[in-house]
Amino acid sequence: MARENINETSLAMLKEITDWEGLFDGAYSVRQDGSCADMQSTATIKIVPKTDNPGIDIYIQAGKKKDIVYIPACVTKSGVDDVVYNDFHVQKDADVTIVAGCGVHTTDDEGARHNGIHRFFIEPGAHVLYKEKHIGSGAGKGLRVIDPVTDVVLGEGAVLEMDTQQLSGVDRTVRKTNAKLDKRAKLVIRESLLTDDDNVAETDFEVIMEGEDSSVDLISRSVAKGESRQNYHSHIIGNCRCTGHSECDAILVGNGKVNASPELFAGDLDAALIHEAAIGKIAGEQIIKLQTLGLTEQEAEEKIIEGFLTGVE
Amino acid sequence: MLKLKDVHWDLPDGEELIKGVDLTISPGRLTVITGPNGGGKTTLAKLIAGLYMPTSGKIFLDDRDITDLGITERAKAGIAYAFQQPVRFKGLTVRQLLQIASGTEMKEFEMCHILEKVGLCAAEYMNRPLDTHLSGGESKRIEIATVLARNASVLIFDEPEAGIDLWSFSSLIDTFEKLKTEKSGALLIISHQERILNIADEIVLIAEGKIRAQGGRDEVLPTLNINGRGCGCPLGREVVNG
Repeated sequence: MARENINETSLAMLKEITDWEGLFDGAYSVRQDGSCADMQSTATIKIVPKTDNPGIDIYIQAGKKKDIVYIPACVTKSGVDDVVYNDFHVQKDADVTIVAGCGVHTTDDEGARHNGIHRFFIEPGAHVLYKEKHIGSGAGKGLRVIDPVTDVVLGEGAVLEMDTQQLSGVDRTVRKTNAKLDKRAKLVIRESLLTDDDNVAETDFEVIMEGEDSSVDLISRSVAKGESRQNYHSHIIGNCRCTGHSECDAILVGNGKVNASPELFAGDLDAALIHEAAIGKIAGEQIIKLQTLGLTEQEAEEKIIEGFLTGVE
Repeated sequence: MLKLKDVHWDLPDGEELIKGVDLTISPGRLTVITGPNGGGKTTLAKLIAGLYMPTSGKIFLDDRDITDLGITERAKAGIAYAFQQPVRFKGLTVRQLLQIASGTEMKEFEMCHILEKVGLCAAEYMNRPLDTHLSGGESKRIEIATVLARNASVLIFDEPEAGIDLWSFSSLIDTFEKLKTEKSGALLIISHQERILNIADEIVLIAEGKIRAQGGRDEVLPTLNINGRGCGCPLGREVVNG
């Protein structure tokens, strides 16, 4: 790939958000400070720049098994407000892993923002694993903002697994995810969020099940440290015979505050919907147990939080 | 060697639960503490592991005074404690907990070896989170494994039999017997189970916060009135016949 177009800040962030080891194998598009730094299509995945808006269309070929595409985005300086529209067209029976992810880096008092609007059109029988990690860095005092929008249309029997993580350093975020499910379609969302200092995070899911025997499993885990605040809202709508499960767990540390408002709507007698929610500090007995294994109180707390955020299953 | 000298412990309201315990736990030997519920057995284990601090008295580990050390320091000094009620963690896996316990990046075969001792298949369990999806017996066995994974000089097991099925229990007994020969550490088990009492080197009977009987297995076991044999009161009170 064209390394010369990618600056050092991006390289550091790419490591964090995509486990990048110096080369993307297969199709990729790397976005940096509002424009495309490098891009590559393959025989089975075509990446085409949009002509009406900033962004790309990604066409993933029918029937191809175990494909992968990387589409990370980095904002590496203050004063950049990047909006990008990426559309994924996943054809019938394709099986693809999409590694997205975004880093924002501030250099002075001006803010830096990335607003990625991702739309997924997933055809019948296709399977998508979508992975995204968000991170903020930089010594600048400007706000680091990531506002992802994910819109999903799942065809008959299609599956989307979405692993989404906010690692650290994101001052403000509004995360919106909408999905519509056809017959036997399945959506699995695993979200983990870490906020600290005076970060504010808002996360909002709306999942509509329109097709018989569709299902959603939505698991959100978050840790609110420092003076940070989080607002969680999920709305699962079952308009047919379907199953929906959402689980939202939050750990408070310091003066962190969390508001969780799960919402379920059953519009059919055979819609089976469940929600579980728990917010609280780390259980004292968990810390004591790890202390008896030789960790200090602080080390124990860190291990518990790390396990909690990375162990979403 | 672990030594307790005249250890007392009071509840915050002043009620005395441990009323002057003198106890020596020797390396290479299995000491079983038994006695009626509420008699102070678990409290004593927690005093040794540093979860509670004695109101008065002293605790020594190999002649070092550890009375004022906290939980972490006692763990680092060589005390390992398997809880009666295992703690659940959302997210942390069996692998991660064993690695924390051993203090090293354990290799697969080492984990396999530890989990085998508690009757669990490593391939099946290593990546399982320690949450409520594990049964009571599974989490209990993992709790015991965390203590086996530590390189400790005093290993305390609080009612290891609780929640464990019969098959696993037999292999657990084997594990404890092997520990006696493999490790030079001191083993301390709190138990009511006759099969555990039967493999003890020393038995200590605690009731109402005091040691009521203490000595070699052959000396103490016949006085315990297990399975209705004999008619001695475990509290040492006179038995009323009639």
